[in-house]
Amino acid sequence: MNWAGLYTVLSGVNRHSTAIGRIWLSVIFIFRIMVLVVAAESVWGDEKSAFTCNTQQPGCNSVCYDHFFPISHIRLWALQLILVTTPALLVAMHVAYQQHQEKKLLVLTGHADPKHMEEVKKHKMRISGSLWWTYVCSVVFRLLFEAVFMYIFYMLYPGYQMMRLVKCEAYPCPNTVDCFISRPTEKTIFTVFMLVTSSICIILNMAELVYLVVRACARRGQHNSNPSSAKGSFYKHKVSSEYKQNEINQLLTEQDGSLKDMLRRNPGLQEKGDRCSAC
Amino acid sequence: MDWGALHTILGGVNKHSTSIGKVWLTVLFIFRIMILVVAAERVWGDEQDDFICNTLQPGCKNVCYDHFFPISHIRLWALQLIFVSTPALLVAMHVAYRRHEKKRQFRKGDQKCEYKDIEEIRRQRFRIEGSLWWTYTSSIFFRLVFEAVFMYAFYFMYDGFRMPRLMKCNAWPCPNTVDCFVSRPTEKTVFTIFMIAVSSICILLNVAELCYLLTKFFLRRSKKGGNTKHHPNHENKEETKQNEMNELISDSCQNTVIGFSS
Repeated sequence: MNWAGLYTVLSGVNRHSTAIGRIWLSVIFIFRIMVLVVAAESVWGDEKSAFTCNTQQPGCNSVCYDHFFPISHIRLWALQLILVTTPALLVAMHVAYQQHQEKKLLVLTGHADPKHMEEVKKHKMRISGSLWWTYVCSVVFRLLFEAVFMYIFYMLYPGYQMMRLVKCEAYPCPNTVDCFISRPTEKTIFTVFMLVTSSICIILNMAELVYLVVRACARRGQHNSNPSSAKGSFYKHKVSSEYKQNEINQLLTEQDGSLKDMLRRNPGLQEKGDRCSAC
Repeated sequence: MDWGALHTILGGVNKHSTSIGKVWLTVLFIFRIMILVVAAERVWGDEQDDFICNTLQPGCKNVCYDHFFPISHIRLWALQLIFVSTPALLVAMHVAYRRHEKKRQFRKGDQKCEYKDIEEIRRQRFRIEGSLWWTYTSSIFFRLVFEAVFMYAFYFMYDGFRMPRLMKCNAWPCPNTVDCFVSRPTEKTVFTIFMIAVSSICILLNVAELCYLLTKFFLRRSKKGGNTKHHPNHENKEETKQNEMNELISDSCQNTVIGFSS
């Protein structure tokens, strides 16, 4: 499992995202993960071996490096990227659950042919109803993780700029010792770059949140302003996912009822797997 | 996520590019990205380890290396290649959007839809005209801008494209002035010149593609202008199609609604 594996997992979620969500995913993969892998990792590759202190005291080098770099930038960014991309999996799970429900409905209504099943798998889910809440939660979590990591970064490395020289007095270094960091300017450039892309991602997430909320309010406003208009609301109601969910529930209840009748009439009838739970 | 994944993403865009665009993409992947990965990264691999200064003063080497190489050539090229290849994604997004619209039209069961099935829509190649022309031209423009900016940044940071053998450094804590020696300067110069040359070729290809698109646009416009004189009611084929589509969609909406209410 590496970044390519994560890319495979998340590109499936892409289909059910909003346009802003897709842009966010592209920015994450191209401008953050790819830059991390092809460029930043080699900049920080020799961070410990080239960290030099002006002393011959054994152990001083290691202690000072550990004191000034409790966790390396690279590892912090890797953790940030993993945590920020995983809320999208909530949406993937919810979509998979909805698709499962639709397939069950098709089986119950007798349309269980391969063509319809494929159609269920391929069609794009509308972000409405409970999926809307899941999607909004995932965006909120993304924002939260981004903000938390930006704060941690600021706490650990105030100022974002990498110094050329740090003065260390930790034991066993004698008195105060000058320690020199490797490639500080290059590290500063990449730190600023990653910070900027992180901010762009935060802005995209906020824009997506606003877009989802405005869309939901607009839809609700349209629904409220035409409650008695049979033409408009019936058509809209027909395609809404809540209506679909009601249909599914109704069919399942009817199926339960007819199943119980069937079993009462034929006590010897064996039922498989999950249908037994309906008895 | 590495260069291979970028190649997969951009390979899809290739289908909707002009011939010059396809040549540009090939030059980018073979003569720049591949050279970077298989050759240049090895040349610059030991750049700091083998950067030697004529002093025993601890820290002097680090400081002098940082002073002369604020950002390594390799990283600059990697960033340049990422920025230069991403405008093509604008085109990919526009094509995906158009495909999505056609699929929606097909699913509505439009009689005028000329596709037999969804697979044909997926495989179809869109002509570069209308709004797609503007997106494509913008992407080429951005590519040119990014190439030029990075070339300038390179020239500005390294004061020309030659890698000197010896650099004199007097940054603290180095005592007085110290001689520092760069590792593999000639090999680095060769690769720098190669990458600059290929970058210039890519710029020329982009300029040629831009000229080609503009020429095609003006030719089409003058042909349309000539036809309009003889056929005053003639509209652009695409706008006619779009108008017809809009009419059909609004008609079908009304019919459906009336059908339900009755």
